[in-house]
Amino acid sequence: MRLSLLSDLNAERAARRAAVLVTDVASGEQRIVREAEVGGDPLAQDLQESLRRGKSGLVERDDRQFFLTVQTPPVRLVVIGAVHISQALAPMAKDLDLDVTIIDPRTAFATPERFPDAPVLAEWPDAVLPDVGIDQYTAVVTLTHDPKIDDPALTAVLRSKCFYIGALGSRKTHERRVQRLTASGFNEADLARIHAPIGLDIGAVSPAEIAVSILAEIVASLRKERRRSA
Amino acid sequence: MLSTDTDILKTAEAWKRDGRGVAIATVVETWGSAPRPVGSHLVIDDNTNFLGSVSGGCVEGAVITEALDVIANGKPRMIEFGVADETAWQVGLSCGGRIRVYVERVD
Repeated sequence: MRLSLLSDLNAERAARRAAVLVTDVASGEQRIVREAEVGGDPLAQDLQESLRRGKSGLVERDDRQFFLTVQTPPVRLVVIGAVHISQALAPMAKDLDLDVTIIDPRTAFATPERFPDAPVLAEWPDAVLPDVGIDQYTAVVTLTHDPKIDDPALTAVLRSKCFYIGALGSRKTHERRVQRLTASGFNEADLARIHAPIGLDIGAVSPAEIAVSILAEIVASLRKERRRSA
Repeated sequence: MLSTDTDILKTAEAWKRDGRGVAIATVVETWGSAPRPVGSHLVIDDNTNFLGSVSGGCVEGAVITEALDVIANGKPRMIEFGVADETAWQVGLSCGGRIRVYVERVD
């Protein structure tokens, strides 16, 4: 592989854009196809399919074998609430290679001292989420327990394509949340996207245990297709 | 923590820019039970430093040896591993699967 190709591939990743490296297995010839350019490529159909599934693999065209290395953007975790659970969650998420961002308008909570490993934005979620950019490779969790902060965040992320939404709170809290969000125009299918109570039911008690249950649920959502095909 | 394949590619770029000889090994095909999915990378430098994995540790040693050759002569090659047969020291996958690995030099 030419160093320039490798560097282009890494640049696409840094910019959170999907790309495919096409390798002619017999000749070793290679090219990068960016997501936006897929339509014009001779292998357009195969490229689209492999991008959709997010899986690398071999394809055969005109008796030639090509290996498609699919690169999707790194998975991001946006945490609403610079709370105790988030402090346990942030370093664990980092170990899972998730890009973590913490958002909390309360400046006493949103401090770099409390979150040495992750960027912390002391802003209202609805104001800052458009800049953060919520795409299909993003998971969002709301952990403040305060509707004033969590609701505007949920309102914004329910309109996005993010692959996971989780909201902290008991069943009762969630019922009231569903009523408020229904009143603001969301339907049942929209609201079914919210995992609440958040996390897998493992009887978690401590903030670290709750963080484990949340991360396990995020991984399960992320790998759903792989589990199905396994 | 440098476990994703794309972070491994970032390291490959950094190593190459450092002036090291670098090869990338990629799992291109698997049959049966294979420890690492298609697309998994192992990056090797000319000093046998490596990062990532193409199997659960079963064939990495052999891939590294091949990679050193590829770094030396520049020609990409395809290698296949199956179950280690009874003729003793040949490396293989104890899980019973088969994998095909493409090894190429970064130029």
